[in-house]
Amino acid sequence: MKRIYFDHAATTATDPAIAKTVVEYMTDVFGNPGSVHGYGRQSRQAVDVAREQVAKLINAQPTEIFFTSGGTESDNIALKGIAYANRSRGNHIITSAIEHHAVLEPCAELKKEGFDVTILPVDEFGMVDVAAVKAAIKPETILISIMFANNEVGTIQPIAKIGAIAKERGIYFHTDAVQAVGNWPIDVQTMNIDLLTMSGHKFNAPKGIGALYVRKGVRLRSIQQGGGQERHLRPGTENVPGIVGLGMAAEKARIGMEEKIRYTTRLRDRLLSGILAKISDIKLNGHPSERLPGNVNVSVLYVEGESLLLTLDMKGIAASSGSACTSGSLDPSHVLLAMGMDHATAHGSLRLTLGDDNTEEDVDYFLEVFPAIVDRLRSMSPLYANRGDVSKRCDSASCKESECEIRGS
Amino acid sequence: MYSEKVMDHFSNPRNVGEIKDADGVGEVGNAKCGDIMKIFLKVENGIIEDVKFQTFGCGAAIATSSMVTEMVKGKKLDEALQISNAAVAEALDGLPPVKMHCSNLAADAVHAAIKDYMEKHPNG
Repeated sequence: MKRIYFDHAATTATDPAIAKTVVEYMTDVFGNPGSVHGYGRQSRQAVDVAREQVAKLINAQPTEIFFTSGGTESDNIALKGIAYANRSRGNHIITSAIEHHAVLEPCAELKKEGFDVTILPVDEFGMVDVAAVKAAIKPETILISIMFANNEVGTIQPIAKIGAIAKERGIYFHTDAVQAVGNWPIDVQTMNIDLLTMSGHKFNAPKGIGALYVRKGVRLRSIQQGGGQERHLRPGTENVPGIVGLGMAAEKARIGMEEKIRYTTRLRDRLLSGILAKISDIKLNGHPSERLPGNVNVSVLYVEGESLLLTLDMKGIAASSGSACTSGSLDPSHVLLAMGMDHATAHGSLRLTLGDDNTEEDVDYFLEVFPAIVDRLRSMSPLYANRGDVSKRCDSASCKESECEIRGS
Repeated sequence: MYSEKVMDHFSNPRNVGEIKDADGVGEVGNAKCGDIMKIFLKVENGIIEDVKFQTFGCGAAIATSSMVTEMVKGKKLDEALQISNAAVAEALDGLPPVKMHCSNLAADAVHAAIKDYMEKHPNG
């Protein structure tokens, strides 16, 4: 059976050449970079090269790159590190409703510790309003944290404009750029970004490696104590194989960026226009133009996302959904709800994220099998049978939240 | 994460559809929660002669709907009322724990349809 991977926002395959080198840094060049001997020096040198490669991808200085285990750790260090180090200046943090949990959860913890957190809403396209950021600033504001591009709907935020505001007001600006790094050009200088989170496995490096960019001069406290690695910010023996892999992936992404964007945008447009042409009652989620090149997110009205995913999987196609049934909770994706979407439409969301290892044939195969999948599920759906009947529609007024909670427990 | 039986009933659901002149119709769940199950019954002499379902929901919701139609077809109404959501899940070789709480409503839908039938036919 054909196997097609349309879930690049979840993770990507490690580039084979990178994987080969990563293994060499486990078996051959295995020294601890902290060691004085030749083994150690060889590893140290590799870490230094990788730091330069990563810095270059976002136009930073190598000394401003700190290696971590990935996006979640970088977000935690950025948020808590800024909060704890700058508490004497203020206790207010501004973020958005569509952030990854790796930002929202640390913010919730900080709130428990007495920090004041403003969570900005987004519009129907998942876009943060720059004027709302400005309006939310208080004398106590120490940090603005807004994601670069959303992981579910792909909406690219007005990062440079927010950066300019933060700079003007002397507030630190962090962006979770996990989905954007390697897929979209980023310049921390022109965009006035003070801290930036990245994760290797989203752009063909291995899992378990990421980095935090911290602009020189930013006051940040480490949240983990140990040895002196990563200039005390992230103690622990360096993940040299991962770091080398991240460096290589950064280099490859920088060189191939333009071509990758051109290629995945073309595939994405072919996929989206095909879906819209072949299937009725489809809603595009996210911004029509300001979105990541590989991201398609649609709601297939009257069907539920997990059923779509299971059927696609039977046809060899890997995708994802913001349905509650796939989130492991009773509610659908917080991102889709924050965009003002009703629950039923959110339950029917389907995310297809393309990479440069996908082909036109992959897209055409999807478009060949997808209509029958939708037809089958719709033919079973009472929502489809009653689609003309407005009284059967479930909005927040007619369907009580509690009905979902009390069932069967 | 799903048993083979669940996947079988999801891929080849039994008794999908609508009975136009149904004797009893039951609907449970709502779109906000992500599942709606609708059961149509044809009843003769206190026996479920035919049953069909329409379901909006995840794999477990569709599979439990399909399974419950097989379990109640040909049964007496009072026998069908004895079938619980847990029994449906068991007949499918179990459901993932998270699904037990959200998508396992098929027996409730049958019970609602029987209740509807009884209200429409107070003398049996």
